[in-house]
Amino acid sequence: MGALLEVNGVSKRFRGLVAVDNVSFAVPQGTIFAVIGPNGAGKTTMFNMIAGEFAPNGGTISFAGERIDGLASDAVCRRGVGRTFQIVKPFMGLTVEENVIVGALLHRRHVGTARTKAHDVLRRLDLYDKREQRASALTLPDRKRLEVARALATDPKLLLLDEVMAGLRPTETDRIVAILKELNGETGLTILLIEHVMRAVMALASRILVLHHGAAIAQGSPGEVVRDRAVIDSYLGAEAIA
Amino acid sequence: MSPIIARLTGGVPRRALILLGLFVLFMLIAPALVGDYLLTVLILVLYFAYIGQAWNIMMGFAGQLSLGHALYVGLGAYTAAALYVHFGIGPWLGLLVAVPVAVLAGAVIGFLAFRFRVAGVYFAILTIAVAEFARVGFDHLSWTSGSSGLFLPVAQYTHNDLWHLRGHPAMFYYVMLAATILVFIGSRLILKSRLGYYCLAIREDEQAARASGINTFRYKMYAVMISAGMTSFAGVFYAFYYNNLFPEQVFSIGRSIEIILAPLVGGVGTLIGPVFGAFVLQGLAEGLHALLDTFGVDIPGIKHVFFGVVLLVVVIALPEGIWPWIARRLGLAERN
Repeated sequence: MGALLEVNGVSKRFRGLVAVDNVSFAVPQGTIFAVIGPNGAGKTTMFNMIAGEFAPNGGTISFAGERIDGLASDAVCRRGVGRTFQIVKPFMGLTVEENVIVGALLHRRHVGTARTKAHDVLRRLDLYDKREQRASALTLPDRKRLEVARALATDPKLLLLDEVMAGLRPTETDRIVAILKELNGETGLTILLIEHVMRAVMALASRILVLHHGAAIAQGSPGEVVRDRAVIDSYLGAEAIA
Repeated sequence: MSPIIARLTGGVPRRALILLGLFVLFMLIAPALVGDYLLTVLILVLYFAYIGQAWNIMMGFAGQLSLGHALYVGLGAYTAAALYVHFGIGPWLGLLVAVPVAVLAGAVIGFLAFRFRVAGVYFAILTIAVAEFARVGFDHLSWTSGSSGLFLPVAQYTHNDLWHLRGHPAMFYYVMLAATILVFIGSRLILKSRLGYYCLAIREDEQAARASGINTFRYKMYAVMISAGMTSFAGVFYAFYYNNLFPEQVFSIGRSIEIILAPLVGGVGTLIGPVFGAFVLQGLAEGLHALLDTFGVDIPGIKHVFFGVVLLVVVIALPEGIWPWIARRLGLAERN
């Protein structure tokens, strides 16, 4: 009985720069797992390796007991990993509904059934009333939720969220936190998120991994991590414990 | 209502359907209303409406810019014509060879480009290069009489022979009208299917499309092959309508550019745009022609200069094309 996602000694070098250095962690089924760390710590690089944007230079990534490192991103998605992008990438020229239908078509042949699924997802993310708008007409918070909706529509077992709360106002952050909690609670969806908004991380995550200069400097429950000396020095700052 | 009809008409405003119906009705009776000259103009309009739609599947839907669609026209034309000249095989049977030849050519270009990540402008240049390559190649291909041209026997038939595509222009008109309508319906069905949604997703953002589980290589291949196959029929038609083929004419880049004018003016990625654009362009050109005629002026090549001006105006004023703008004005835009 392994974890849903297992990352083992994964490294990634871009020419001389070591972006991710021998990082290991495991995300158990049904949990919310957060990756935090300063800018340039290698969080998004880690994400991109899991999602299949590029292959690691060393180490292995297993999903549901199967090696996925080196697979193309579409193949990773078909195996049950949905993702959002840090810099949002909705299909701008399509409507909100069409965006989500694209995701829903992954496991549905017909547009009709995909639309039904899309409507379910859109209701869950408070976007149903905006379904006929073009994605390009949405505000940033809406676009971020649209990204989550599109990823959810592919029926993922694991949802990768890359800073979906960055740039949002606190009320909007709370809204997404509530939605994610509900998803995790009701459907047992496993979530791996990169986040800078500590408020959200503390509210959601049951385990946290801290990256710094590409290396894992701490890992544990939220309570443990925020009291970790190395984490405070490199990332949170002294005021965090106050 | 059967599901296929529902898929064709779902979300389209009633008045748009009525207008479309009236338009098709008009096109059906048009040969009885117009003279011989206008009939040939209408054949040309339908020809460009047809190819524009075929090109639109690749560029408008899947976002892959082809500037070498003359390649597929030429391959279709030469294949069917050569089979007819050498073996007496008629155009409809010839299609069974011509379409696969064009689809294969599209598949080769697509494979080379998408496998080795030739994208955007470089992809467009590749399509030009292959069309140019074909032009030079056919110049030296003795089986099709090289640069001296391939001629189909122009017999004056007293009756219309649909099976061999020999007869009165009205017959050609109806053949092209049927083809244009079929491609229109086909485009609509594609757009409302998984294939269509996936093509649009790739057009909008290929990385995000892949992250949504779409095998983008495969769907881009589908788009190129469908577009190439459809385009080749226009080539077969061209060969049997004009009865002569020269590589310099058929494969020239000018032809490829001509093909994309109608969708650009009408609206890339829309269903009506390519058809509408073909009518606007040829209609305006004929109007200009008539106007110049009344003043007794004859300027060779004015049509192409005029096309350039129209394109310039549209690109600046209505970059999405004329049709989306009109559709919004008249309340004809589709609702979900």
